[in-house]
Amino acid sequence: MPRYLLRRFVGMIVVIFLVLTIAFVIVRLAPGDPAALMLGPDATPQDVTELRERLGLDRPIFVQYVAFVAGAVQGNLGESLFFNAPVTAVLAARAEPTIFLALFSLLFALVIATPIGIYAAYRRGSTLDQTSITSAMLAASVPSFLTGLIFQRYLATELGWFPVSGYGGPDAGFFERMRHLVLPSIVLGIVNSALILRFTRASMLDILGEDYVRTARAKGMTERRVVLRHALKNAGIPIITVVGLTFALLVSGAVVTERVFNLPGLGNLVVNAVLRRDYPVIQGTLIVVAALYVLVNLATDLLYLAVDKRVKV
Amino acid sequence: MALSSTAPEPRFLESLFARRSVLIALVVFVGIAGLSFLAPLVAPLDPDAMSVRARLTPPGADYLLGADAFGRDVFSRLLFAGRVSLTIGLGVAILSSVFGIAIGLLAGFFRRLDAPLSRLVDAMMAFPDILLALSLVAIFGGTMINVILALSIVYAPRIARIVRASTLVIRELPYVEAARALGTRTPTIMLTHVLRNIVSPILVQATFIFAYAMLAEAGLSFLGVGVDPETPTWGTMVNEGRQYIDQAIFLILIPGFAISISVLSLQLVGDGLRDALDPKLAKET
Repeated sequence: MPRYLLRRFVGMIVVIFLVLTIAFVIVRLAPGDPAALMLGPDATPQDVTELRERLGLDRPIFVQYVAFVAGAVQGNLGESLFFNAPVTAVLAARAEPTIFLALFSLLFALVIATPIGIYAAYRRGSTLDQTSITSAMLAASVPSFLTGLIFQRYLATELGWFPVSGYGGPDAGFFERMRHLVLPSIVLGIVNSALILRFTRASMLDILGEDYVRTARAKGMTERRVVLRHALKNAGIPIITVVGLTFALLVSGAVVTERVFNLPGLGNLVVNAVLRRDYPVIQGTLIVVAALYVLVNLATDLLYLAVDKRVKV
Repeated sequence: MALSSTAPEPRFLESLFARRSVLIALVVFVGIAGLSFLAPLVAPLDPDAMSVRARLTPPGADYLLGADAFGRDVFSRLLFAGRVSLTIGLGVAILSSVFGIAIGLLAGFFRRLDAPLSRLVDAMMAFPDILLALSLVAIFGGTMINVILALSIVYAPRIARIVRASTLVIRELPYVEAARALGTRTPTIMLTHVLRNIVSPILVQATFIFAYAMLAEAGLSFLGVGVDPETPTWGTMVNEGRQYIDQAIFLILIPGFAISISVLSLQLVGDGLRDALDPKLAKET
């Protein structure tokens, strides 16, 4: 066990190091001088020289790389060119809507999709099974911005059931802010429930084909009891897996959903950073999100160990 | 693992279309693609011709699918935009397969390259698709080629993982050993003995990547960071229509449905292909 943990931990460090390297390389691959690119066509040569010095672009590339990695490890992701503030502070200020949006939509998706997925597997081939599979595929095919715009137009603007957009203004209390996340979370949750439903159903079908389930059936146990007593107990693992898997989907979806509902989160921040050529912010978001992804997946692997005694270490 | 590529052709088609939905999906997709690629011949009007009087005309006799805020014919624009959206999807499916096959074969065949390449693939997969794609497009510029390149970099790791895993298994099989004993050179073994036997899973994955890439491209265009706004794609059409959502919701519904139906039919075809090419996986759908 300790050896497995150690190996897993070292693997994670290597991947995070590579993530930093990729984030560094992406910006350096830009054709032309990054400083000139960030400042746009109206910049004077003097501005460009100044920014080059500020960003350390005048130093040899290897020195820049070492400084970048050393800084990132200490939690320094550079300075935003637009906000004139540390990237970490800019990101922290925008994290709340994104974190709650991701949590609520994951919760929504789990509550909707897990029971349906289990039931669909239990009643394999039934109308309900067919319908749920078809709707899952449909949900995975409709772009989330389309669902978002349609829901916004009819459920918020027309019926007034939800706030249309925004995060409740600068003085909004916690409850008011969360109220603004309900509709966006449903929109993002629908996309994610598609993946969770298919995954839960497939895992449940696997479990129902296991030897111990066959034994239980052979003993004359009713199908209902087989599912409730034996299969459900083992459904925890696939659910943990799917939470790890949906993380990337949640973040990608959050970028688009925040844009539709004009939420001041990380997704909106990164799109604006792209439009403003604020490279340090783009780089910082990439690093933070990728590092989170790696951590979430480590956490799900560790949870496996705790839940499933069969996982060999 | 799909090692049985010896099944005769008719059986393959029979099992591919065993489910009616796969056949319908294929027909729908071929229809959409055909109309889009024949856009210059099929489109009733010039997609860029503006007409002040036709502003926001709802779908009807004059304008089959209505006219946008500049009075341009939505149906004609939809066809021309479809050409761009589908080309991007197809381009990404092909290019990401090429990248992924190269990485996967190298990692699976050469033990020394396996660890570094696999960790690189892990690191690439840690970036969510839209986020990585929009960073790449931001830096390289929003042209169609750059969007295809960016999304291919994003999706190549998925192919690489499948190719590596299959290569690791096939590398140890007796016929590969036999080929080696006969003095066949490594590149030849990789291409003729290994690659030929993993075409099926690659084809299935590439079909799904085609679908994901179309969704991602639409997302990028919707965010205003995809191909330049002058080039109509289904995503930019939704983005443009957004301002008029209260007066003319058809402006976002029509291109939105075009994306959804194309992606849905591609996913259905992908599922069908998977079941037909690899019966062992069939139970998962």
